[in-house]
Amino acid sequence: MAAIKAGTRFKSAVCDTQVMVIAAPEGELELSCGGSPLVDVTADASGGEIDANHKNGTQIGKRYVNKAGDLELLCTKPGEGSLAAGGTPLVLKEAKALPSSD
Amino acid sequence: MNTMMLLEMAAQAMSERVAVQCDDNRWTMAELFAGAGRVASHLRALGVENAALLDVSSPAVPLSLFGAGWAGLPFVPLNYRLTGDELDALIARITPAVLVTDSERASGLEGRDGLTLISREELLEIARGSTEPAEPDWEMDPEEIAILLFTSGTTGVPKAAVLRHKHMVSYILGSMDFMAADESDAALVSAPPYHVAGMAALLSGIYSGRRMVQLPNFDASAWLGLANKEAITNAFVVPTMLSRIIDELEAGAHMAPTTLRALAYGGGKMPLPVIERAMHHFPTTAFTNAYGLTETSSTIAVLGPDEHREAAGSPDADARKRLGSAGRPLPGVEVEIRDEAGKPVAIGERGEIYVRGEQVSGEYKGRGSLLVEGGWFPTNDGGRLDDEGYLFVEGRIDDVIVRGGENLSPGEIEDVLHEHAEVADCAVVPVPDEQWGEGVGAAIVRARGSDVSAETLQGWVKQHLRSSRVPQLVEFWDELPYNETGKLLRRKVKEALGAPS
Repeated sequence: MAAIKAGTRFKSAVCDTQVMVIAAPEGELELSCGGSPLVDVTADASGGEIDANHKNGTQIGKRYVNKAGDLELLCTKPGEGSLAAGGTPLVLKEAKALPSSD
Repeated sequence: MNTMMLLEMAAQAMSERVAVQCDDNRWTMAELFAGAGRVASHLRALGVENAALLDVSSPAVPLSLFGAGWAGLPFVPLNYRLTGDELDALIARITPAVLVTDSERASGLEGRDGLTLISREELLEIARGSTEPAEPDWEMDPEEIAILLFTSGTTGVPKAAVLRHKHMVSYILGSMDFMAADESDAALVSAPPYHVAGMAALLSGIYSGRRMVQLPNFDASAWLGLANKEAITNAFVVPTMLSRIIDELEAGAHMAPTTLRALAYGGGKMPLPVIERAMHHFPTTAFTNAYGLTETSSTIAVLGPDEHREAAGSPDADARKRLGSAGRPLPGVEVEIRDEAGKPVAIGERGEIYVRGEQVSGEYKGRGSLLVEGGWFPTNDGGRLDDEGYLFVEGRIDDVIVRGGENLSPGEIEDVLHEHAEVADCAVVPVPDEQWGEGVGAAIVRARGSDVSAETLQGWVKQHLRSSRVPQLVEFWDELPYNETGKLLRRKVKEALGAPS
């Protein structure tokens, strides 16, 4: 997978998951969902099976981050697969507690 | 990355929650989404370049905003308080356009070149239509213009601030979490649609899943009545609105809504006595001060509820002053104070507020970007940062008083005057001075029951600041002139004090 930038949208090739990149480190990164590489949101998904080891699901509106904290994906459509970068599962980012200003 | 994405997510995850209501007109998230699609199909068929709105708050506002986003058109909310000539000048700058307005205004606008009129009622009918909802087919180009917001134009021809989808979405993602609101939460939206706070409130309400109750025209009595009737939990007001709400409460016509958990304020400088009275009348409400500009897609710094309480109850004078600050920058927003040469100044020193972040646009249509090297936006607001990163905003740089070559900040003098117990409100402006070119003038609103003299206040300023900052002219007024969105009309004060009768 090529370098990714904030605002780019991807979808899973094996479930309904869609994500938008909020932050990403420089350089190339292998993002996957359900064990299969994420594809551009406009691409034709090829279908296939969800890897049983990557089947924890994604939740809409939740943010997923890597351990280093420099990669953050926002789930814009939920699905059954789970997200990973370079084969390592991403984890749910804790919700911030900001005061509402609107 | 498109504001439509926010509504699509909400419609998927919270389809049956009420998104917006005005009187008895309610729209769920799913209905709003489907309605935006129908409006978009209609707009596309018209072949226009902009989708404008000239109306008070109603469900037609989110339907036009999202319908425009879906159709790939900039949404242009216009100020319904403009004169006919002012309005004509703005319309000429955005045609070919569609304009959503009420029936009465529509009849006065017929026959303009390139302008297609749709009444509010027609738009709601289109959105409620019987046709199948459209398939989601909008562009996700983050660079597309989401909103064009005309500035008030108090210093010249109004500028059209360009807010792209990436700016608005970045603001929302940087300031809140999806579905953060409980199903029973309700926000009272009283900021007009042509103000960035009105736009931000709509997008925030959608993304957090909070029912938005619209008050078409602000009136303190109606605000309190609606807040109690609808069990409002969250609201945003500008300082003048809050002041009128407190007056109304003190007049005894209404009870303070006990459901109100959070009250945010911004849009102009909040006089300390007003916020202190507000904290007294709303003892269980969490207050948030939000500072931002149109060009920064709304809020960039907040003073949160805990910080309000800490500052108000602190024995330390510097900590207590933070109640008058704009708080600290949002995550993802950087703030710097710079001198006239554009170089950062030391902590505590005054200068111009510069801001940087994904939500910062700093661009005007036809004039390009005002961002300087490194993506920083000079706000033209003066201010300073304290040693814990609290931002103090001191008014527009343009308002500086030049007295014999010395630059005086009106905000600094106003802060001192506000600290006097018998000053309810004040405005400091330049006045003509034969010797120095400009001198310091002050319009003061006395606290209720006070007959404090000009000499006393001049002595008070002298105790706290250098003598050059002491107002040479002090006038007592019943109230100061503010516009409907809480901005002090400094020009009017200047004119009045510059030509005393």
